[in-house]
Amino acid sequence: MRKIALFFGCLIPNRYPGIEMATNLCLATLDIDFAELESASCCPAPGVFRSFDEMTWLTIAARNLALAEKMDRDILTVCNGCFGSLNEASSRLDNSNRKNKELRLQVNKHLEKIGLEYNGTVKVRHIIEFLSQEFGSDKISELVTHPLKVNVAVHYGCHMVKPTEKIKGDSAENPVFFDLLVEATGANSISYPDKNQCCGAGGGVRAGLHDRSIQMVEHKLKMIRSKEIDCIVDACPFCHMQFDSGQYEINNTQNQNYKIPVLHYTQLLALSLGYGPEDVGIDQNVIKNNELE
Amino acid sequence: MKNSTGNMSELPDISILKCMQCGICSGSCPSGRFMELNIRTLIKKSASGRPVLDEDELWMCTTCYSCQERCPRQIKIVDWLLSVRSKAVHEGNIKPEHKQVIKNLLDTGHAVPINQENIEKRERLGLSSLPSTVVKDDGALKDVKNLLKSCGFDTIINEDQI
Ligand code: SF4
Ligand code: SF4
Repeated sequence: MRKIALFFGCLIPNRYPGIEMATNLCLATLDIDFAELESASCCPAPGVFRSFDEMTWLTIAARNLALAEKMDRDILTVCNGCFGSLNEASSRLDNSNRKNKELRLQVNKHLEKIGLEYNGTVKVRHIIEFLSQEFGSDKISELVTHPLKVNVAVHYGCHMVKPTEKIKGDSAENPVFFDLLVEATGANSISYPDKNQCCGAGGGVRAGLHDRSIQMVEHKLKMIRSKEIDCIVDACPFCHMQFDSGQYEINNTQNQNYKIPVLHYTQLLALSLGYGPEDVGIDQNVIKNNELE
Repeated sequence: MKNSTGNMSELPDISILKCMQCGICSGSCPSGRFMELNIRTLIKKSASGRPVLDEDELWMCTTCYSCQERCPRQIKIVDWLLSVRSKAVHEGNIKPEHKQVIKNLLDTGHAVPINQENIEKRERLGLSSLPSTVVKDDGALKDVKNLLKSCGFDTIINEDQI
């Protein structure tokens, strides 16, 4: 295992800092050698910035990669968007073929202006893939001191598993590796209709066509509510925001009463490792997580 | 379909000309269940040379990659769509909400910058008031701004319009 540069992006530190705290606590408890990637910027968000200007997107991503390279560490992301963006960028700028090296030359012309260079050596990991590969659910469950007796609706989110051309998970259509990690905490992963469907936030849709994006998450919520479920567990702060503040918006505009607690996996894991809900900001969601507090 | 030289491998990866209009993409599309987006017809339109840059449908895709994963012709549908969006943006076809996101990046290095409410949440958790990103490092923020300028990103939006 290479040492880790932890990359939080925008939404975690700036909207759901509880996930930042939970990640720090979990990695420390698991005795992982990590350091935060200091002075990082936005990853930058793939759905919007890659849509607007590919070279800009790639160059800003390359700066983040180059900072990790200087630390001689791989990047660990805690967000599907950051993972999608940085993993795509790193796979296009690595040393695997000439086309990549040529592209890197172009990117480095920009980076040169700020005294940086990227050599294509940084790998990008996603916290769920990382825990699953480097530890595995059995090892995680051995470390759990406070097994959780809750029924969980697991939401993978698209960019944790797709595109498979760039991401080697167990399956894009029916993945299980995240469910196994959830169950390692003692929880039950409950299947629900359209489990692998998108939350509706990505691609700039949440910002640009907000009402339609909320319709998409409402469908997911309806499917989740049709089962006996105590909480939603995701692994991306953008899906997290969509589920959390989405419920609040739906309740306000449509006279509904959604109150499903939403947790990032690191928060669930932290609870099972003995930390309290307030240690990891579970009380700071828009939807109050009373039953889990 | 073969290109003029008869060699499939010479077609670019993202070529939509390989599309056989089977509809697996649109049938897999979650956005298509809730919005007018029909990715199959959008591809058809573009492949037949008709303009698509003004289509609102372009902006309904959440980039979930379901279509791309299932396309039997292995067309990189999302990569194609993002490149079309980019052309649209460079022609000035951009939503005001997306301009705001661009402005956030240009000003702060973050798509979603910190605010007072979240500074307080951070403090209650025992985290530093500001995260260890560009927000805490003026030199780094200047670097990011220089890169954005070097790429010409600032010219995409006319700041007076915001
Ligand atoms: S799945 Fe592929 S081949 Fe079929 S209609 Fe869509 S783009 Fe064309
Ligand atoms: S990537 Fe876009 S077009 Fe393709 S299935 Fe997902 S939402 Fe539809």
